[in-house]
Amino acid sequence: MSYLEYTVKTTPTGLRKVLYLNWPLAILLTAVASVGFLMLYSVSGGSFSPWAEPQMKRYALGFAVMFIIGLVPIWFWRNMAGVAYGLSILLLLVVEFFGTSAGGSQRWIDLGFMRLQPSELMKISLVLFLAAYYDWLPLKKKSHPLWVLIPVLIILLPAGLVFAQPDLGTALLLIFAGATMMFFAGVHWAYFAVVISMGVGLVVAVFQSRGASWQILKDYQYDRLDIFLDPSSDPLDTGYHITQSKIALGSGGWTGKGFMQGTQSRLNFLPEKHTDFIFTTLAEEFGFVGGFSLLLLYALILLFCISTALANRDRFSSLMTLGIATTFFLFFAVNMSMVMGMAPVVGVPLPLVSYGGSAMLILMLGFGFVQSAHIHKPR
Amino acid sequence: MRRPGRDNVQSQKAITRRGLIIAGAQALFMGGLALRMRYMQVDQADEFRLLADENRISIRLLPPARGRIFDRNGEMVAENVPSYRITIVPEEAGDVDDVIARLARLVELNPEELERAQRDLKEARGDTAVTVADRVSWDDISRVAVNTPALPGVAPEVGLSRRYPHGGDYAHIVGYVGPFADRDRERLDAPEQLLRIPRFQVGKFGIEAAHENQLRGKAGTKRVEVNVRGHVMRELERQEGQPGTDVQLTLDSGLQSYVTARLAGESAAATVMDCETGDIVACVSSPSFDPNLFVRGISVPDYRELLDNKYRPLPNKAVQGIYPPGSTFKMVTALAALEAGTVDPEETVYCPGHLEVASRRFHCWKRAGHGNVDLHRSLRESCDVYYYELALRTGIENISAMAKRLGLGIKHDLPLTSVATGLTPTKEWKRRVRDAEWVIGDSVNAAIGQGDVLASPLQLAVMTARLATGRSVTPRVIKSIDGVESPTGHGEDLGLNENNLRRIRQAMYAVSNNRRGTAYGSRIIEDAFRMAGKTGTSQVRSAVVDNNAVPWEQRDHALFVNFAPFDAPKYAISVVVEHGGGGSKAAAPIARDITLQALYGEDPPLAAYPAKDRGRIRSQQEELRRVRTRPDGDGSDRA
Repeated sequence: MSYLEYTVKTTPTGLRKVLYLNWPLAILLTAVASVGFLMLYSVSGGSFSPWAEPQMKRYALGFAVMFIIGLVPIWFWRNMAGVAYGLSILLLLVVEFFGTSAGGSQRWIDLGFMRLQPSELMKISLVLFLAAYYDWLPLKKKSHPLWVLIPVLIILLPAGLVFAQPDLGTALLLIFAGATMMFFAGVHWAYFAVVISMGVGLVVAVFQSRGASWQILKDYQYDRLDIFLDPSSDPLDTGYHITQSKIALGSGGWTGKGFMQGTQSRLNFLPEKHTDFIFTTLAEEFGFVGGFSLLLLYALILLFCISTALANRDRFSSLMTLGIATTFFLFFAVNMSMVMGMAPVVGVPLPLVSYGGSAMLILMLGFGFVQSAHIHKPR
Repeated sequence: MRRPGRDNVQSQKAITRRGLIIAGAQALFMGGLALRMRYMQVDQADEFRLLADENRISIRLLPPARGRIFDRNGEMVAENVPSYRITIVPEEAGDVDDVIARLARLVELNPEELERAQRDLKEARGDTAVTVADRVSWDDISRVAVNTPALPGVAPEVGLSRRYPHGGDYAHIVGYVGPFADRDRERLDAPEQLLRIPRFQVGKFGIEAAHENQLRGKAGTKRVEVNVRGHVMRELERQEGQPGTDVQLTLDSGLQSYVTARLAGESAAATVMDCETGDIVACVSSPSFDPNLFVRGISVPDYRELLDNKYRPLPNKAVQGIYPPGSTFKMVTALAALEAGTVDPEETVYCPGHLEVASRRFHCWKRAGHGNVDLHRSLRESCDVYYYELALRTGIENISAMAKRLGLGIKHDLPLTSVATGLTPTKEWKRRVRDAEWVIGDSVNAAIGQGDVLASPLQLAVMTARLATGRSVTPRVIKSIDGVESPTGHGEDLGLNENNLRRIRQAMYAVSNNRRGTAYGSRIIEDAFRMAGKTGTSQVRSAVVDNNAVPWEQRDHALFVNFAPFDAPKYAISVVVEHGGGGSKAAAPIARDITLQALYGEDPPLAAYPAKDRGRIRSQQEELRRVRTRPDGDGSDRA
């Protein structure tokens, strides 16, 4: 009996697939993106340019991407997972050697119409590939050391390349997302205990190596860490970002200062107000109510993803959906922690809200796979 | 078939379990985020709101308009004109030199101003605006305004600046303002904040300095919202300040300008006082200077030039300058003797040309001697020996007391810079200051206004006014402040014997109108305006040599005091020409011209002058009309 057999009879075909789309999820995504449009409109002083309008176009494109990917059967994507992973690794290598240098790190390939960040692409590819791996791997082998080592290498190879760019934040996100995938797949607890203690060891090593000849991070990364640990130590330079972000956010109060009344963002006290720090503007203008509402929207997106993942009897679909959800969670959790002064400034955008095409397209691509899994789940 | 069903079920169970664990962890984390958000936005909201306001709200001072100064007829003497300047905030500019270079391509920058700006930039805090160009034209300002995007930190600003339309005429009386400097700090009890306005102008000299507190006004404030670069986005609240109080002077611009022009070319001072009210209607120290030079801080070469001028333009000689009054002091000695009864006006003293006192020979200016001299003649012809004799009879204490009653040796309370007290010596004074006993020779010298006696031109005018009226006329230069009239200096009766005063006045009349009077050459022939005066020549050196034979600095000071009209004294006038030679030749003609100008209120008719002078006077009047300062136009732009 072929893998396809049990699905073929019940899987919707042709345009009927549209009806089986996870519409609540699509609507939630659009709601979050709309919050983004609203805030971008606000931070540009009540104007669709220069941010809100391109962002809306990108979302429309992203939505189309999600839609199209969703209509393609999930088993096709499962079979493409290895290709996607290989391609992403290739692009990371390209970026390593031919990437445009910006801000001391090489991160993107200029495609002309957009800047492609292979590390972003890798976040999705890694999820797909790990899901495909554990879909293929017989269950009883999942905790066998050899079969654990393989996914660890699958994770560490791109993480290492991203780290070399250097982009510590994304590298950690990849490791974290990959490890969570392995956890979903049922790898034995003990491995995680070991990895966590290794992680703690690494943190210690990072701090120990500072100033030594084998210094692990670049100086500016240490500076960021310092400032994260004590933002007031440098209120005018790097710490300025965190301090100003906290001021704007905190001054919002319960209900905020009102739409387009956010003084800190309008007066440019907020850095990166349209990208990484856009949540601050939301929190300043709509207060706790606004910030909490967005958090609630994100939670609902997670809920819909996890529920469809757990309801899906197909192992690949299930793991992949959980992986995408986790990646999504990591995005907004890290971003929000950052603007609230709970995490260092690592340059992670607020998913679907921050201005930026690359991240949004990649995320919509990921949700496309979630939709595909949802439409083509075994019934 | 790749997967047995059971395997799949097992797998799904594991995934569900672990999925729920992770979902739970995620939910926990989100709960943490929500709590953190709530803590910051609700519990700490007030703190952050305060910080946000500190960020965005900046309180800016609104400098008050300085009180204006008018002359007695309401003519503007010190005004405020809009002044456009270009400032730069170093912090916003970033590369200051680069920005200035760019600015220099747009507007012409005065190299000296630029140098000063660069000095200010070094000292100033990064967030204070430093003036790069002052008194900029409207065209330049608009050019800068249009180009602000290319000039970070540069702002065109409109402010008020002091302007003195009469130029040098009032330089010593009204004085000038200048940018606040640290050394002004202790002198002023100003609210600290106002003085932090860059180049804030405070009174430095004269009435501007003395009435600083009234003239300055109170600063207003505005609360503005600024962006992160300090640019003002909008105004939130405005509290207007209070403009300074207007001050009206007793001086008359027409006369003041005439006197300034008449004294030009001399190192001299003249004061015209109203005998009725004590109003100083003209008070000039010559040479003068342009107070407008000081308003924005005087340039080094300009200041050096003023300092190096041997005629000393900076001090107010009429008020600060003290001179031996010479023979103009003889009225004091005479009146002291008359009041003390030590001399009878009809009594004659023989003048052989000198007097031996304590084995020292004191000369009369007329070596041949005057012969028999009575009071009238002694003043008219200014016999020294007569006064040596009076000094011996009357004593220095009486003379000094009389001098004080007549307004010498006391500090008149005027809102001017460094009002001199002068000196009327006494025995006690000499003991205290010189640590020496008074000798009779000191009295003899003092009796003719030499030796230790010192008086300012202002005091001599007061003395003359008191002699003319018999009242203790006191000078005033402020007619009203904020429309409130100041008390006049009419003064009480001095309690002097009217007969004695009349004799003195008649003798003074003779000085100017008797053919043998020392100032007969400078008489007025208009009967209604006849004047009474007294010449004085005060020695600068001890040896008696012809004035023309010595360098300027060693020549005698020429003095003249007078009042007019004789019958109903209106004005008391004093003129001192430093190193001018003889009082009758150098000072009296000036005093006569000023008297006529004051009495007529315009150029007097030539008929008031003796016939032989008229030709010369006509050309002099024409010349003076040409050079007299006219208040210039609005002058708001680059001068």
